[in-house]
Amino acid sequence: MKYVIIGNSVAATGAIRSIRNQDDKGSITVLSRENRIAYGRPLISYLLGGTITEKKMAYLPEDFYAKNSVDLRLSAEVVAVDSKKKQVKLSSNETIAFDKLLIATGGDPFVPPIEGLQGKKKIFTFTTWDDAAKLKELAYDIKRVVVIGGGLIGLKAAEGLYQIDKKVTIIELADRILSAAFDRTAGRIVAKKMKANGIDVITEDTVVKIEGEGAEITGVTLKSGDFIPCDTVIVAIGVRPAASFLSGSGIEVNRGVVVDDRMETSVKGIFAAGDVAEAADFFTKSKNPMPIWPDAYIQGDVAGAAMAGSEKGYAGGLAMNSIELFKVPTISMGITNPQDEKKFEILTYLDQEKYQYRKVVLQGKIVVGAVLVGAVDRAGIFAGLIREKVDVTPFKGQLLATDFGFAQLTKEIRSTLFAPQGKVA
Amino acid sequence: MKRIYSIEDACIGCHLCEVACITEHSKSKDPIKAFLHEAERPIARCTVEEIDGGVVSFSTNCRHCDEPDCLRACISGAIQKLDDGRVFMDTEKCVGCWSCVMACPYGAVQRNLEKKKGNKCDLCPDRKSPACVDACPNRALVYKEGNQK
Repeated sequence: MKYVIIGNSVAATGAIRSIRNQDDKGSITVLSRENRIAYGRPLISYLLGGTITEKKMAYLPEDFYAKNSVDLRLSAEVVAVDSKKKQVKLSSNETIAFDKLLIATGGDPFVPPIEGLQGKKKIFTFTTWDDAAKLKELAYDIKRVVVIGGGLIGLKAAEGLYQIDKKVTIIELADRILSAAFDRTAGRIVAKKMKANGIDVITEDTVVKIEGEGAEITGVTLKSGDFIPCDTVIVAIGVRPAASFLSGSGIEVNRGVVVDDRMETSVKGIFAAGDVAEAADFFTKSKNPMPIWPDAYIQGDVAGAAMAGSEKGYAGGLAMNSIELFKVPTISMGITNPQDEKKFEILTYLDQEKYQYRKVVLQGKIVVGAVLVGAVDRAGIFAGLIREKVDVTPFKGQLLATDFGFAQLTKEIRSTLFAPQGKVA
Repeated sequence: MKRIYSIEDACIGCHLCEVACITEHSKSKDPIKAFLHEAERPIARCTVEEIDGGVVSFSTNCRHCDEPDCLRACISGAIQKLDDGRVFMDTEKCVGCWSCVMACPYGAVQRNLEKKKGNKCDLCPDRKSPACVDACPNRALVYKEGNQK
């Protein structure tokens, strides 16, 4: 069996381990368009900010590929997939045959057309190790930065730049930062902390023109007419599934590569996982791209099992993010900001002075979402309650307690988790 | 693999498992020194939970899952599943992003805020059986071969 995996990040890792759990004979080839070993992609902001060195970027133990008999090929960009001949074509024109293929190419940063953007030198996106390395290299020549986009990527970039003493302004089109991952209150707490650290946050506005002669940037003009001086611009509006190379392959691509609950695409024998895939949502079962790190691992794991010939169900993608911004730890998961509030019950606790916030979203008897800011300890217990759809009625009143734990749950849950029946005499 | 199981009815809420864990992971491995004199006191990797003044008490700990949610969430690769089944956290690699805290449904990863590192059970690799189990006066913690679920 010839397994080929396009991409070399977390979904690929999940798939490799899963394939090798069942098949230690088949050949595995991993094709990565980057010239980097597998790295913790979210670590790029730590690298930029100088809290870690390049050495610590490695995501896998050095012997991982050898131990799993994986042929890793770096700087090998796939430009086309021939589903009928079962082969992929590289930019070098080389073709590689497969029996089972996994598409795990992740996402590409989205850069909208902005007047004045072409030809400018210090315009960056911020999704790869190379992006962080380039920024670091030019850091001596960077003083003021405008970050377009107040989502997680934009804010982590801003934090990294702040840590190396750059003046940062964030421009966000929505009326608040972190509108996708967080609710209004959590976003406000983070915004407050950022402003206290000297980061300018401008909302309900957008960059219409990048100003400057030749390759140099002198500033940006906003829709409101304001001018913000800067020498560097980071575009962090969002990422899109990196699936453009699949045109003509016959593989169904909607916003991402559409997959079933085995991560198989519309073409038999070809699978997709991670940020490039469009898989079922945990709650609605409707298909959406979900760029979430743990979910990418799980999808890779499910895909790998299916590729090696066994079945592993996919429970559906559950959004979850743990992000520390300006020393405020935040964890959010599931439905955190329900549109139709009548269908949901929302419990909250807020101490804005101390940057503490807890929110639990209930639908009927079950927890469907949680936001924790500050004391994030044991947040995973909520993840467990959500995944297992536990009836929380008996302990609903305790859900916001900062010492919330298993003691407040039922004895049945405790024994199931920590002393399963028959396991202990 | 061998795992630690926690028997609620036998727990007397004495917290000796936590003391033993802290001692085992201290520099001196001496409780008095660990608690009074060492610059950095370790954080217990087991957590005794209590309510109603001890009417309910029991010790929670890492299950060393077959498919660890903490590992899947870890962005730095600090968490690994070792060949012997242990779920191991390489604190050198940990960046303190708390993704494991977010993902672990057993609430079994602690935050070491001073070092900004995750903290979790290692099943006491230098001992025959984990310190918490050996310290439990009422055998509320049992270390034996068994499955996770």
